[in-house]
Amino acid sequence: MPSLLDLRRRIRAVKSTQQITKAMKAVAASRLRKAQDQILGARPFANQMQRVLSGLASHVDTSSHPLLREQTADAPKRPTLLVVVTADKGLCGSFNTNIIKQAGEVITESGGHDVSLGLVGRKGRDFFGKRGFDVRFELVNIFNQLKYSHAQAIARAAIEAFTGSEVDSVQLVYNEFKSVLQQRVVVDQVLPIARLDTPSVDVELSADYLYEPDPAVIFDTLIPRHVEIQFYHALLESAAAEHAARLMSMDSATRNATEMIEDLTLYMNKVRQATITREIIEVVSGAGTL
Amino acid sequence: MPLPDHLTLEIVTPASSVVSEQVDEVQIPGAEGSFGVLPGHTPLLATLQVGELWYRKGQDTSYAAVSFGFAEVLPDRVTILVQIAEAADQIDVTRAQTAGKRAKDRLARPTQDMDVERARLAMLKSVVRLRVASRTRTRG
Repeated sequence: MPSLLDLRRRIRAVKSTQQITKAMKAVAASRLRKAQDQILGARPFANQMQRVLSGLASHVDTSSHPLLREQTADAPKRPTLLVVVTADKGLCGSFNTNIIKQAGEVITESGGHDVSLGLVGRKGRDFFGKRGFDVRFELVNIFNQLKYSHAQAIARAAIEAFTGSEVDSVQLVYNEFKSVLQQRVVVDQVLPIARLDTPSVDVELSADYLYEPDPAVIFDTLIPRHVEIQFYHALLESAAAEHAARLMSMDSATRNATEMIEDLTLYMNKVRQATITREIIEVVSGAGTL
Repeated sequence: MPLPDHLTLEIVTPASSVVSEQVDEVQIPGAEGSFGVLPGHTPLLATLQVGELWYRKGQDTSYAAVSFGFAEVLPDRVTILVQIAEAADQIDVTRAQTAGKRAKDRLARPTQDMDVERARLAMLKSVVRLRVASRTRTRG
């Protein structure tokens, strides 16, 4: 039977752990709110961009653009660049595990030819970095201060690899923020750009635009932007999802700690009572022998 | 069709929407030269360069520094999508000054592997920021 002292010590330890998880929960909640604001802030830009690009796409011969070019079937197989977005920190439930598992599946599926990796977030880097994959670039410690320039750096590396014919396609694995309770792992193809949604309504409207410089040049400058925005969006989603996951897991950790403290306190009281009873019995039986 | 009285100006960056206002006139730093827009302008799509943008609302003129992006002009609305947009009073003058100085130093002593274009852009951004920032201070 553990001594009273041991039990008290354990209760104290659980309590201090609980304080930490509680604090982490509060921090995650406030960060989550910030991340959600960032997603909302980025939305108008992405929407406008999509609209203008679609308008342009109907004016320009898009098939010849290097970023839209599909790989022909008879060309030699080159690797796929897989960009894996994980978190920098752990303690957020199955967030990182899910991503790494999904990335692993993509790698096994592609089987025949190799996969190059682009790793965003420390957890992914730590996992894949050690396993002898061809790592094209890695980016850690960005989720504290997530900026558009991070997305640009990723986009630049991806576009370089693609236009330099080093990879056939660029894919992106990240956690999508569905709700606070739910994250979903998504695999997206970034390059070649699969299709641009042609606008349904304002085709006639965009027909009489003046372009300065001409549409093809504008299109060329906008396409890389489009790729950047896709990466930016993924990073923001992943950041929000990470905080949501941490919020949930810290919440349940705090609850478990409360439960544990209750159990331990009950047990401790029982032990104390047993000790007292035993001592009384000893005193009484000692008195009886006299 | 009657001409609209106002322009709805929206300046949007990836991080947020910087300006969303009813204005009377906008001057935009297009890649092939600066151009002004009044209500009723022909639909136009133009890329932008690093430069100074201003818009007038009645007698009030506001300035902003913008870089890399494009503008969509419609008869009653102007949408500007840029990577960086800073209103005159948001500009960090000391930061712009140090950045400008750094860029100048780098340009003055070019080394083999230096990215000249990048230094030149940094220089340009700093100059534009400082010019825009000075607009508010002289008026205020």
